[in-house]
Amino acid sequence: MREDDDPKKPSQESSGVSRREFLKIGGITVAVPLVAGPRVVEAAGEPVKVYGPGKVPVELTVNGKKHALQLEPRVTLLDALRDHLDITGAKRVCDRGECGACTVLMDNKAVYACAVLAIEAQGKQITTVESLMEGETLHPVQQAFVDNDASQCGFCTPGFVVATKAFLDRHPNPTPDEIRRGLSGNFCRCGTYHGIQQAIAQVARKGA
Amino acid sequence: MPDYSWPAAEQRSLIGKRISRVDAPLKVSGRAKYTYDVTRPGMLFGKILRSPHAKARIVSIDISAAEKMPGVKAVHIIQQPGSTIQWAGDEVVAVAAVDEPTAEDAVRAIKVEYQPLPHMVSDAEPPAGAGEAAGPLGEDDIWDALDQMPPAEVAKQLGQYGVSFKVTEDLLEDMKKYDVPSEVIEAARKATYHEVKEGGARSSYQKAVEQTQGDPDKAFAEADVVSEGVYGLPVITHCCLESHGSTVEWPDKDHLFVHISTQNVSGIAGQMAEPLKTPAANIHIHQDHIGGGFGSKFAADRWDITAARLSQKAGGKAVRMMLERDAELEVAGARPSAYARVKVAAKKDGTITGWQSQSWGTGGPGGGGMPPIPYIFTIPNLRKQHTAIRNNIGPARAWRAPNHPQAALITMAALEDTAAKLNMDPLEFFLKNLDITGPRRDVYREEFGVAADLMGWKEKWHPRGQNISGNIGRGVGLSLHTWGGRGHESHCDFTLHPDGSVDIKMGSQDLGTGTRTCILIVAAETLGVPLEAIKLQIGDTMYPSSGGSGGSTTIGGVSSSTRRAAVDARDALFAKVAPSLSAQAGDLECVNGTVRVKSDPSRSLSWKQACAKLGAMPLTIRGNNPDKSKPPDLTNSGVGGVQMAEVEVDTDTGIVKVKKMVAVQDCGLIIDLKTAESQCYGALIMGISYSLYEEKIMDRTSGRMLNPDMQFYRLAGISDIPQLVVHMMTGKGYDERGVVGLGEPPVISPGAAISNAVANAIGVRVPFLPLTPDRVLAALSQKAGA
Repeated sequence: MREDDDPKKPSQESSGVSRREFLKIGGITVAVPLVAGPRVVEAAGEPVKVYGPGKVPVELTVNGKKHALQLEPRVTLLDALRDHLDITGAKRVCDRGECGACTVLMDNKAVYACAVLAIEAQGKQITTVESLMEGETLHPVQQAFVDNDASQCGFCTPGFVVATKAFLDRHPNPTPDEIRRGLSGNFCRCGTYHGIQQAIAQVARKGA
Repeated sequence: MPDYSWPAAEQRSLIGKRISRVDAPLKVSGRAKYTYDVTRPGMLFGKILRSPHAKARIVSIDISAAEKMPGVKAVHIIQQPGSTIQWAGDEVVAVAAVDEPTAEDAVRAIKVEYQPLPHMVSDAEPPAGAGEAAGPLGEDDIWDALDQMPPAEVAKQLGQYGVSFKVTEDLLEDMKKYDVPSEVIEAARKATYHEVKEGGARSSYQKAVEQTQGDPDKAFAEADVVSEGVYGLPVITHCCLESHGSTVEWPDKDHLFVHISTQNVSGIAGQMAEPLKTPAANIHIHQDHIGGGFGSKFAADRWDITAARLSQKAGGKAVRMMLERDAELEVAGARPSAYARVKVAAKKDGTITGWQSQSWGTGGPGGGGMPPIPYIFTIPNLRKQHTAIRNNIGPARAWRAPNHPQAALITMAALEDTAAKLNMDPLEFFLKNLDITGPRRDVYREEFGVAADLMGWKEKWHPRGQNISGNIGRGVGLSLHTWGGRGHESHCDFTLHPDGSVDIKMGSQDLGTGTRTCILIVAAETLGVPLEAIKLQIGDTMYPSSGGSGGSTTIGGVSSSTRRAAVDARDALFAKVAPSLSAQAGDLECVNGTVRVKSDPSRSLSWKQACAKLGAMPLTIRGNNPDKSKPPDLTNSGVGGVQMAEVEVDTDTGIVKVKKMVAVQDCGLIIDLKTAESQCYGALIMGISYSLYEEKIMDRTSGRMLNPDMQFYRLAGISDIPQLVVHMMTGKGYDERGVVGLGEPPVISPGAAISNAVANAIGVRVPFLPLTPDRVLAALSQKAGA
């Protein structure tokens, strides 16, 4: 710790995080000088990448396509998708991981895109609602949402569709209790849950 | 005269059937573009600095640091130093920057000095003797009152108290434009002007005049039973998932182009014109889809006007100004609270004879009016008095069925308590008193029968608190409601093209209620072609105007204007086609994509062949509602609905679980049964949400909302949804009334039905919604101590 207190040492200054802020974080032991790409510091015994504070290069793989972007490290995956790639199916509603309207798949696992930083999503396969259709044919989950009128204003719908697909992939024949638990991470204001329950039942019957 | 009336039941192939909404494929695939999804070339991001104080004077504002930041393109002071803030979250300064992080940094760099002033955010019962008699009404008071009380009451208050400002012709014109009833406009014109001293502090309590009918004192003196209770529900928010906002730009210095999340596409340009000193004709409004409104999105709000000013300062570049979630919950929509101490007088046989209530509630700075209590039941002897609380919680907005859920809860809970005191089954008690429910009484009677069967009421109802096993109490409750829902003013252009294609242009919006689908159903039914054969364009001021979507007025309006245009277009086509079929125009019909002779279907043309007879030019017809020159009236007003709820209450934890809900509803002729049922399912779910969870919780010390997020402003989730049963009343006695709106009615009763079911389950009334564990346990402990 002591040797790093030397203010002339470049590693911390160039990490973009002030020394004072560093000292507030418990357990940081050493700052490693920069190499190409993000700087790495060791925090609580683990190496941690440090980005920014300005724009940094970010590469995202979305729906099978690679995109090179310049983003501030604080930009969320959701905002990167919506404001930088014009992929707007995932919606911004609560912007803090509470409502599920921004649900996307990251390496096939449902995540809240507003609670993932774009820099954290690098090297992962991001799948959004836009890619579920095959050509002009709706995915069985999407078709079931249409058939059972599981959307009204539709703002929560893309998140629900993605969450439902991820849920059914893991629970192809869910019990009502599993449905209640498995989809409790998404909220709807118009009250389309009844249609969503019917839609899930339809897909489970037919098999997705 | 062409026959515009709705086709008879046996002739309907689409109307009244279950048809999937046409916009669903776009919505489930993420392709539907909402205002929040719009990106414009070179678009800037707007952010607003909001007041942290509930009441304060702005002393100074320093924007110099923000203006100098790289990437900041415009800074606009919304409220100048010297202004008084009336609620936390009120807009003070706005910025526009090249990206959102920069805009956030710029907001943080603005320095505002406030002089905090004493605030009040409570809506607790006014202390005894509090409350000034109502004074003259300000302009805002009138608009608030129009949102919150019947027009006759507003007119009466104007006559009684006069106004505190000079009523101008401009204001009266505005009132006309916003469909303010003429009795109110006349009352405003004649209202006496009273000067109000500048700075004269108004009391927080505005006491309305006591209203009396019959002889309440005699009714209570002679009553066999008098039931007393206190009931109420707090301020809740709209919590639209797509927050309020717009993306605004000036393509040139005289023209404005606005993407806005609105329930009122055709009305927004007129609202932006005055503050921006730009003719409404130069303002282009567009919206494809809206992520929820529920009554809170009729206006061009201050942030929308601000976006236009920022864009102006930034050389016309588009500025996206969408509210953050906390602002959405703090400032962009609240339903007024309502509470009442109620006494009900009844005879031994269950006849209601008297009502007495002292009510109070708040709609924010404007105070607000009394909900229409007693609701639906015209009780012969009554005395009621209301005190409006003016406070600093932010302004109220219309919330789905304004004032009715409040009135239903207070009334139906008080009446159910009366039934319990009489040891009567509430179903029997309500049926006994249906004679004083007015014109819908026979509908209620029929609906109660249907609902009781669907709920299994007879088997499930037990006297209060007598169905508790272990720590689980089970109970059922009921309620009833009404609403108007006549179709609004609506216009459309309906075009048949010589190549057989058809298009409809209408300045309406589709809130997700199925408006698009219903317009297409009416048009396709009339022309005998499939829905997919018709192209519908809505959501733009380039199209004929159609009313705002509020008060369940849309379906009646858009279906009527579409029907008239479609009939005229069809008949014009018949006239062109008749000679080639050697028939009279009146002998033709369109069925299954053909135009044919009724008496000899073998003489027919395909739709495409028929349209080719139009010649070189397309045929465009304007359809209107209302249109007295083209009878009959295709829409109507007045619906009745009843609901029943079954609950389980854990008496150890106080947790309420709704097990089943039944909604039985009429709404005249149903255009699309599927989306109509969805309105009811959705309303039941929204009702469960406000019954069990929702409350805008204000901190008395800081004056701020404590739960402006979606973790602590809890909405019902999929795990809260019980068995839901919806039954629409259709067929004879209903269909021939014409089309009536459905958005509001089914959301009115859930609070009352669920509260009554909980009282039935645990044997004691939980006075206030939401029925949270702490409130349930408090009621139980009071019962135990009593």
